[in-house]
Amino acid sequence: MSTLWLWASDACLLIGSFLLLTGALGFLRFPDFYARIHACGVTETLATGFVLLGLLLRSDDAMPQVKLVLILLFVLFSSPTASHALAKAAWNAGVRPRDNSGKRRVSLPHTDP
Amino acid sequence: MLSFTIIVILLVMLVALARAFTGPNVFDRVLAANLFGTKTVLLIAAISYLLGSPDYLDIAVIYALINYISVIGVLRVTEIRRERRQAGAE
Repeated sequence: MSTLWLWASDACLLIGSFLLLTGALGFLRFPDFYARIHACGVTETLATGFVLLGLLLRSDDAMPQVKLVLILLFVLFSSPTASHALAKAAWNAGVRPRDNSGKRRVSLPHTDP
Repeated sequence: MLSFTIIVILLVMLVALARAFTGPNVFDRVLAANLFGTKTVLLIAAISYLLGSPDYLDIAVIYALINYISVIGVLRVTEIRRERRQAGAE
């Protein structure tokens, strides 16, 4: 493995870890539920993509690369769908967006109970 | 660098568990479980590369599939419970 590949893989892993940390921090501290879905979505799509890309650059034989691409494609397709289903279920259950102090409800444009 | 990523992934899993405990409503917990599941997939892939034997990736693929199905399953439960409550209310 020439050092260029290892260096690129380390850079991708570093970016992925940074996105993981910022997404987790957002997931911990955002007061509003829908903002938390966004923070969690960042970690699921972009950070997963970068970490798996870093592992992809590190692998040398074909079979692990195929599996990594499969995981990457599936996570990129399934996590937005899961986030959408989660937001829809939360909306139907009556969870409404709040302002950034997390106390009062945000007044919605259209008249909605 | 790989071990640093694994430590970061474990940290994020801890954060997900912390939010699962403090989360006000049930959907925060489902979101934390979803985050925990995808990070387990990353953890399995990263550890398999740390140990140098990248044939554990099948487990990561299967875990990603199961994690997605479990999130949709839990959301189905809340939907059915809401429909039943509305049907009872009328």
